[in-house]
Amino acid sequence: MGYIKVNQSKVDDAIAKTLKKLCPFNAFEYEDKYLSINAACKVCKICVNKGPQGICEYVEEQQVSIDKSQYKGITVYIEQLDNEAHPVAYELIGKAKELAKKTKEPVYAVVIGNDIKKIAEEALTYGVDKVFAYQDEQFKTFNVEHYTNVLEHFFKTVQNNIFLLGGTPQGRSFAPRIAARLKTGLTADCTMLDIKENGDLLQIRPAFGGNIMAKINTPNHRPQLATIRYKMFNKPEKVTPHGTISYEPTHPFKKASNIEHIETIKEPPSLDISDAEVIIAVGRAFKKKEDLTLIEPLRKKLNAMVACTRPLIENGWFDAKRQIGLSGRTVKPKLIINLGVSGAVQYIEGMKDSELIISINEDKDNKLFNISHYSIVGDIYELLPKINDLVEAVQKENSHV
Amino acid sequence: MKIITCIKQVPASSQVEVDPKTGVLIRDGNNVKMNPYDLYALESAFIIKERFKQCNVHAITMGPLSAKTVLEEALFMGADDATLLSDRAFAGADVLATSYTLSQLIDYIKDYDVIIAGKQTTDGDTAQVGPEIAEFLNIPHVPYVKEIIEINEEYLILKSGYDHYDEIVKVKTPCLITVDKGVNVPRLPSYKRRVSMQEYKIPMVTLKDLNDQDKTHYGLNGSPTQVEEIFPPSSDVNSITIEQNPTKAAQAFMDVLKDRKVL
Repeated sequence: MGYIKVNQSKVDDAIAKTLKKLCPFNAFEYEDKYLSINAACKVCKICVNKGPQGICEYVEEQQVSIDKSQYKGITVYIEQLDNEAHPVAYELIGKAKELAKKTKEPVYAVVIGNDIKKIAEEALTYGVDKVFAYQDEQFKTFNVEHYTNVLEHFFKTVQNNIFLLGGTPQGRSFAPRIAARLKTGLTADCTMLDIKENGDLLQIRPAFGGNIMAKINTPNHRPQLATIRYKMFNKPEKVTPHGTISYEPTHPFKKASNIEHIETIKEPPSLDISDAEVIIAVGRAFKKKEDLTLIEPLRKKLNAMVACTRPLIENGWFDAKRQIGLSGRTVKPKLIINLGVSGAVQYIEGMKDSELIISINEDKDNKLFNISHYSIVGDIYELLPKINDLVEAVQKENSHV
Repeated sequence: MKIITCIKQVPASSQVEVDPKTGVLIRDGNNVKMNPYDLYALESAFIIKERFKQCNVHAITMGPLSAKTVLEEALFMGADDATLLSDRAFAGADVLATSYTLSQLIDYIKDYDVIIAGKQTTDGDTAQVGPEIAEFLNIPHVPYVKEIIEINEEYLILKSGYDHYDEIVKVKTPCLITVDKGVNVPRLPSYKRRVSMQEYKIPMVTLKDLNDQDKTHYGLNGSPTQVEEIFPPSSDVNSITIEQNPTKAAQAFMDVLKDRKVL
């Protein structure tokens, strides 16, 4: 809580130049011998810590602090469609139990729908202490206005510490609505979570759009909200249920809404790259779409699914569902082969837990090599034809046997 | 019909790195562009504009003075108005403070039927600012719109893409929608527009113009979330590097597959 103050009397041209260069956000402006900081400042304090001594100072501002001991409980939102729970909720329950062990607080689940008994019972088998079930015909389909009213009511009833939601399309639309209603913090797509003794949630995610991780906390607001992508955490083992289900009254909720559901059009179930056992991922090293045929022999041999990086989606070569990364899918296959993928942190966070990672790239300093079990330095245009020859040879060998 | 589009300037490259020795962020801050999703938001507004006799498209952004360039781009593409929201007091804003600040600007502009934003930005990647603005304005929002089926002064019928299903909803105006790429093909800025907008001076709105002038609601002070620490991603994998001629490297690749019993 504070801002950066510039000690103008010590500023000269050289210092201004150094600071302008140091700031990663271009927040310094130097005009008429006056060094000012503009709205681009993210208060990262690099100028204070790494800049010339005595120029920039971080001025702390006091804020009224809350009594954190009043807020107990880690709650997981169980998203459902047609009364089927999204499995990300169970992964989050596993994580919530891990965190709750450190601070000795209860783990709750909230489920909203029109026929949710089965889901509530299933949540108990993952060791939840209490399920808050909001069952009503009007909750049949997800309506962000209705559902936000329910959560607002829930947080008024239960002084909750942490609220976790799956980073699904619905969760990513719902969570910000709740956060703004409760005027509290929300961190999207965390890749790691930890907790301090005082109950502060440490939310770790890639930040500033680049190859860098940020540890974020919410020191003075409750509840602390975070979304986490599907398959980021492991599903916990089932246990003998000990918790209870509480069906909450639904009459306080307004029935009127500005949004009217007309139709849900389900796609025929297709194989999702999140569920694939073998993935061949292609990146920007492929110069034209036609060149993708180079991977076909290997793909057939390995029975692999093809996935890609964000630039290839932007080129329109693939459907967005094929994208690996935080803005795409998280994958954990038995084998992933990365071909000409440069390895932005966004991408790496979406596949780093794969069992076996093989990467081929021309660039020896490619970031993906740091997390690959096998890193092969080479041009895909030279290597793939040779690999294809070898695949064909294996094919022939096998057909002789 | 009055449309507000929220746009943002983002780094053109995602190659931000941390100097391992000094821990300093290295980023080429001069290399910026309009958030790609916002191009679709603008184009959606222009398509709607073509359908209505009277329609105004107003592009807004929050950022430093240099963020003006994205507003110029929007004007040259076809926006009628543009406003820059900039103040030192907004520095260090997280999602909540950013959304609140933008909602204050929208309150200041006042008259609108539809707010259109991109699904997310490519630097924050949170997709949260749109829905939070809607909540602060107390209006409904519909995310990930892939088709605007019907639009009039009273309501919109929209198709949104969720992971494994699409949803069609009818939403009353005023409302906020976020659009996905593929909803249309964004036009390019035109030279004609550039010439015709030459006289247009982009107004700048600062804290003192807003309804709520309490500094503690903005910037870092108004942000519940705080960045405690930034650090490079960890890499603790036992990595084997193969650097040989293509023939040998291809063979090595096949050997790995055989060793690991995937072939």
